[in-house]
Amino acid sequence: MKPKLWSWLVFLIGFAYFALPLIGTLEFSLRKRRGEYSLDAYAWVFEDPQFRETFGYSVVMALLTIVFGMLLVVPTAYWVRLKYPRLRPLFEFITLLPLVIPPIVIVFGYIRLYNTSSFLPMTGTTFGTNMLLMFGYVTLSLPYMYRAVDTGLRTIDVRTLTEAAQSLGAGWVTIIGRIILPNVLIAVMSGAFVTFAIVIGEFVLAALLNRPAFGPYMQLIGANRAYEPAALAVIAFAITWFCIGLMQLASRMTPQSRAKRS
Amino acid sequence: MSFLSLDQLRKSFGATQVVKNFNLDIEQGEFVSLLGPSGCGKTTVLRMIAGFESPSHGVIRIGDADVTARRPNQRNVGMVFQAYALFPNLTVAQNVAFGLKVKGVGKAQSAARVAEMLSLVGLGDFGKRYPFQLSGGQQQRVALARALAVQPQVLLLDEPLSALDAKIRVSLREEIREIQQRLGITTVFVTHDQEEALSMSDRIVVMHGGMAQQIGAPHEIYSSPANRFVAEFVGRLNVLDAEVTDAAQGHVSVGGIEIPTGRPLTPGTVPLALRPEAISLGPAPGHDISFTGTVTEVQFLGSVIRVGTHMGGAPVLLDTFNRTGRRPPQLGEKLEFSFNSKGVILLE
Amino acid sequence: MTVSPDTPAKQARRTGLPLGWLGLLPFALFALLFLILPTMNIVVGAFQTPDGSLTFQNIANLFQPSILSAYWISIRISFATALLGCVIGFGIAAAVTLGNLPAGLRGPVMTFSGVASNFAGVPLSFAFIATLGRLGLVTVLLREWFGINLYSLGFNLLSFWGLTLVYLFFQIPLMVLIVTPALDGLRREWREASDILGATGAQYWRMVALPILTPTLLGTFALLFANSFGAVATAYALTGSSLSIVPIVLFAQIRGDVLQDPHLGYALAFGMIVVTGIANGLYVWLRAKTERWTV
Repeated sequence: MKPKLWSWLVFLIGFAYFALPLIGTLEFSLRKRRGEYSLDAYAWVFEDPQFRETFGYSVVMALLTIVFGMLLVVPTAYWVRLKYPRLRPLFEFITLLPLVIPPIVIVFGYIRLYNTSSFLPMTGTTFGTNMLLMFGYVTLSLPYMYRAVDTGLRTIDVRTLTEAAQSLGAGWVTIIGRIILPNVLIAVMSGAFVTFAIVIGEFVLAALLNRPAFGPYMQLIGANRAYEPAALAVIAFAITWFCIGLMQLASRMTPQSRAKRS
Repeated sequence: MSFLSLDQLRKSFGATQVVKNFNLDIEQGEFVSLLGPSGCGKTTVLRMIAGFESPSHGVIRIGDADVTARRPNQRNVGMVFQAYALFPNLTVAQNVAFGLKVKGVGKAQSAARVAEMLSLVGLGDFGKRYPFQLSGGQQQRVALARALAVQPQVLLLDEPLSALDAKIRVSLREEIREIQQRLGITTVFVTHDQEEALSMSDRIVVMHGGMAQQIGAPHEIYSSPANRFVAEFVGRLNVLDAEVTDAAQGHVSVGGIEIPTGRPLTPGTVPLALRPEAISLGPAPGHDISFTGTVTEVQFLGSVIRVGTHMGGAPVLLDTFNRTGRRPPQLGEKLEFSFNSKGVILLE
Repeated sequence: MTVSPDTPAKQARRTGLPLGWLGLLPFALFALLFLILPTMNIVVGAFQTPDGSLTFQNIANLFQPSILSAYWISIRISFATALLGCVIGFGIAAAVTLGNLPAGLRGPVMTFSGVASNFAGVPLSFAFIATLGRLGLVTVLLREWFGINLYSLGFNLLSFWGLTLVYLFFQIPLMVLIVTPALDGLRREWREASDILGATGAQYWRMVALPILTPTLLGTFALLFANSFGAVATAYALTGSSLSIVPIVLFAQIRGDVLQDPHLGYALAFGMIVVTGIANGLYVWLRAKTERWTV
């Protein structure tokens, strides 16, 4: 069948809308030197010690978020599937809440609840604030993480695997660490890449908790410099593209989608 | 003049020719099955009748009209799909009324017709339900009612039973046949299941490689298959290589067992076929050929016992009824078997 | 947690773990501390005076012109971006799935949608400033090649329509991501059954396809609405505090820039929860309705 005219039209308009800002940003980021294209804006960014510090901080935060999120979500999702399948809707609902409650409201709650005069004065110390920020990121990533892991668990027969492992004398830690996790690892990875993409550029939580993360840094540069923000946008877009690309690669490798294909 | 006629139909997808010169004339009220393995082109033929595919070459006539160029919605044919083709957002009654509604049939008239159709398929009380509340068999009956509601000239059935359980499949195929006969509607039925085709059809078209291999009544197809493909696809078959001993008289020999075929042959070897049920255990009235063989296999299938043995060195299977009180054959037992030489099928 | 006599509970007893609920404790604790309690704190705070007694004054204080107008512009932007996102995203998804575009386009479109729907926030605003700002590529090219001066025509990136245009960059892809599987879910048999029963293409869309898609469409609309309503970073990086949309007013309030009354902040945040809660409640409800059909 021949492509329909309207579909090309819609596609091309969409293409223009999405391509122009990317081309525009790229072009703008190269304009720092008067009269010719150069990588000066990128050079400036990469030489800025604050860039390295904040970017490094956000990368570490993202990795910690992924590790903690995994430790929290994988056993829980497994346990719910194995023992409390009827509670799954409840857990799905809870994990979707961060999409319902705007992040700014959640972090507002953190600031009020965990301030220096509260029962858990996390914002009193740098370490505590870092922890709070990390927990905040875990919360933001819950919808993606939980769904990815739960989907991964659906493709394997949790009960049979568990009983088989138990009959061979495996304990719970062994079962989760050596049986379940490897089986859902690809699903977990697809959740992890989205989390990475979210955390790297996140602004509101870091700004309101006053942590030196990449998001507030970008905002600061945006308010004070001309061409460097465009360079940062290109870098951020490349990171996002990389993460989502890896995520899609991972989700394409899951047994479920492989089965669908064959 | 036939009612539905397919004249020199051809269809290619890219470089592959899926249907090659297909001709078929169907009488009014006839039930014709297109039978064949997947990829034989039977579904493509059906979809060309429906109008979902347009033939690369050839003419399709319904009644007196050439419908080859008509869009599906102008052909007035009904169709039942393999499965899940009911509109999930509409109730059973709304599904059945769909074709009437788009035709602009009045509410009262449409409601009466829907009720009539639903009671025809035995689902009179199911009008208010949604498709997801029905079993697979019930859904297919609604699909049948929906297809029939608009009083189509031709009914097309695209493997409507293949997604159902074995038991439902049998009862629904009887029901479909019964409704078809009652309404006298011209029907084309596509299936890969020879049992369905044999039990339901007035005529069967056995298809392979995009061509009709044989067109005939079920018993003709079964008893006198036109070629090796038809013989092997329809029913079970023992195929034996026979040595022609007397070409003029048509006598052949299978490992020393002489069999008259009753027609002249060319010298050499010919492939012979015997249905498992043509061979019996021990002598039987009318059976002119007998041989002794050792039982190599016994499969108990309930009413039938399938026995494996050798005939003149070639392995054969035979089916014998399981009669109460009679001991089934034992492995290694040496028994006598017999068959009628008229039951031998010569394969070209 | 009640132990009912069904299999999982039996299982728990058999494996010698009557305390199976302990396995859920870490997550429950986490959700309580970092999701439920902070939110409750805001909700309760919205109905409290500084000394802790019940009041509706905070909520009443929301009804002052500056705050009402912030909500109103937020709601309008969210509505516009959700509606346009739905319509355009649907168009793109339909072009890819039903428009017979080359099959090779689909993968890249979906991957790009995954990227773009996550490309929100600060860098997105940079991208649009670099493109449609006063010195942006498109602005400059339009002026130099066609003599069209966008800004003298009244266009401003830091306006309602400017912000809408920016938000669409993540709204449209999100719609594409959600609606493409839904369009794939339209079975070919439905279209064919409708055809053969005599319906036209328009009748098929009106009587079958759109009713089937409606819950997904409305649900996605709600999701997009909430998505844009809670977005802070893009708007803040784009406009600073110059555009008074609710999240930015709240952001400024938390930073202590403008309002000094923390309980008005609670009320502002509470209002946001109410708006996005309604939108998402609609989403969940409509979603459940589609899933009923696809069983």
